[in-house]
Amino acid sequence: MVKIGKINLKNPVMVASGTFGYAEEFEGLIDLKKLGAIVTKTITLDPKQGNPMPRICETASGMLNAIGLQNKGVDNFIEEKLPYLSKIGVPVIVSVSGDCADEFCELAKRLDREKHVDGIELNLSCPNIKARGLIAQDKEATYETVKSVREKTGKTLIAKLSPNVTDIVEIAEAACEAGADSVSLINTLIGMAIDVETGKPKLGNITGGLSGPCIKPIALRMVWEVAKNIDKPVIGMGGIMTAQDAVEFLIAGAKAVQIGTASFIDPGISGKIIKGVEKWTKTK
Amino acid sequence: MKDIKARILSNKEIAPGYFKMALDAPYIAKTAKPGQFVQVRCSDGFDPLLRRPLSIHRLKAQGSPRLRSGQARLKGIEILYEVVGKGTKILSEKKDGNLVDILGPLGNGFTLPTALNLEPSAILVAGGIGVAPLVFLAEELAKKKIDTVVFIGARTKKFILCAKDFKKLGAGLQIATDDGSRGYKGFVSRLLKLRAGTKVYACGPRPMLECIAGMCIKENVECEVSLEEKMACGMGACLGCAVKVAGNEYKLACKDGPVFSANKIIWLR
Ligand SMILES: Cc1cc2nc3c(=O)[nH]c(=O)nc-3n(C[C@H](O)[C@H](O)[C@H](O)COP(=O)(O)OP(=O)(O)OC[C@H]3O[C@@H](n4cnc5c(N)ncnc54)[C@H](O)[C@@H]3O)c2cc1C
Ligand SMILES: Cc1cc2nc3c(=O)[nH]c(=O)nc-3n(C[C@H](O)[C@H](O)[C@H](O)COP(=O)(O)O)c2cc1C
Repeated sequence: MVKIGKINLKNPVMVASGTFGYAEEFEGLIDLKKLGAIVTKTITLDPKQGNPMPRICETASGMLNAIGLQNKGVDNFIEEKLPYLSKIGVPVIVSVSGDCADEFCELAKRLDREKHVDGIELNLSCPNIKARGLIAQDKEATYETVKSVREKTGKTLIAKLSPNVTDIVEIAEAACEAGADSVSLINTLIGMAIDVETGKPKLGNITGGLSGPCIKPIALRMVWEVAKNIDKPVIGMGGIMTAQDAVEFLIAGAKAVQIGTASFIDPGISGKIIKGVEKWTKTK
Repeated sequence: MKDIKARILSNKEIAPGYFKMALDAPYIAKTAKPGQFVQVRCSDGFDPLLRRPLSIHRLKAQGSPRLRSGQARLKGIEILYEVVGKGTKILSEKKDGNLVDILGPLGNGFTLPTALNLEPSAILVAGGIGVAPLVFLAEELAKKKIDTVVFIGARTKKFILCAKDFKKLGAGLQIATDDGSRGYKGFVSRLLKLRAGTKVYACGPRPMLECIAGMCIKENVECEVSLEEKMACGMGACLGCAVKVAGNEYKLACKDGPVFSANKIIWLR
């Protein structure tokens, strides 16, 4: 049993935002009830169209994505996606994003009324939206955003951090001081790829977020740095493909992990990782 | 849709750089529709990382065709692929008996013609490897006794694929090659003669599809095209394979497509 804020998880393995849709997409491909928790695709206040094509590009042992937070907005989420999620019987953590603290607050207020929402993950770190910088790149902005959301909801609050910073520890500290129950890391690393034949970027958005096995060493280092400096639970992610990868994050100090890109390659991978982690916990 | 460890029944080079692979996958065969695809995991490790989307080329029946009586028992599927990069190269080196993970059937598939009042007929247009899903479609059309003409466009005569398969099904055949080594010299779209009541199905390079879609809209002929977009999951989770449609809205090639009504697509990216 793992505790993140007020949420009790039956195992430390969650699925990461943006890589598991709203769970219904995976029905029949994995036993959803077995998951530690489900983090939804990030939702915003108003619907978002997303970025131009191409949005995906494979790289050496990884992939770049620039989806641009395509989603139908919070009202549609509550009406059409939440009923399915709430029937699974697994904690539901809703990932939210906004352009400013006010938008995050409004989202938190709406979700606070929903009894089937167990927690809120603040995506302070999406690299694919047109804003000058990420909230999670600035400790003051992180503090302000988390603090104002904290005032709006008693639900478990997780701040999702960006690796695209000089010192991730000070951002994590700011989030915790402002009242986050936990921090999750890492979101994707900003990257780019170029098609030599056309001389053009391979992504419509030019840059995108790098994920997958190639980012694991960076993620692991950041989780380790943050975990030894804050006393709130850390949720680790970045390139976890196997149970062994997950265990590495737990050893580095994470209390729980999230599985991202791996679900694209093997939609049932989280089930296998849960089994592997359980085995490790027993023999430890 | 299921994720299956399928045994490779055969994997043969049918033209230079083009392979046909048969896979033991009864579940997928039983549930598949023409135009649908599978996500194939080419490597057992994580490089290349993503699965590769490949169309269901044909269904494969149990036993030899001569022994089949009535409804054949379905054993699996065939995929037809061109070696263009890392993933398809690895696939082409696989041996009979090897196992590959395939997820499917995925996507929406083609819808058969339902011309009102008129005798329905179909035109299939294949550009290059775009021929892959059209054989399965031609088989379904033949079963429904729908009059079918197939237009194949290829770079040169040795890359004309599946001509025999279409002929066996009783379909008319017209061929165009870029170099004129067989049939018409030039774009296959130039050969098209559209008539009312017919339905056009096209798969191939995007410029060819755009051209054919334009022709069909102009002549008021129903047309479905199968689009290719880069995709990660193939099942609607990653939102990577967006296609812009009328109303300036994004649909997903993997789930809402890969087959789209030609008049719905906004071609400009
Ligand atoms: C719905 C659908 C059905 C398809 N059916 C067939 C088929 O039946 N036969 C066939 O030969 N090809 C088909 N393709 C194209 C096929 O997916 C690519 O040729 C293949 O992914 C190339 O992989 P690679 O590793 O050899 O090439 P690489 O260029 O090394 O691939 C790099 C990345 O780009 C992606 N990619 C490259 N080309 C394409 C493309 N044309 N479309 C989408 N993604 C691409 C790959 O999946 C991979 O993620 C289909 C594509 C789609 C979307
Ligand atoms: C296609 C794609 C879409 C993503 N969308 C989101 C998102 O909407 N919100 C979010 O917080 N993170 C998003 N992420 C980031 C993942 O949740 C995760 O932080 C990151 O991919 C690193 O983990 P991984 O290497 O295991 O994938 C996305 C990642 C990918 C690959």
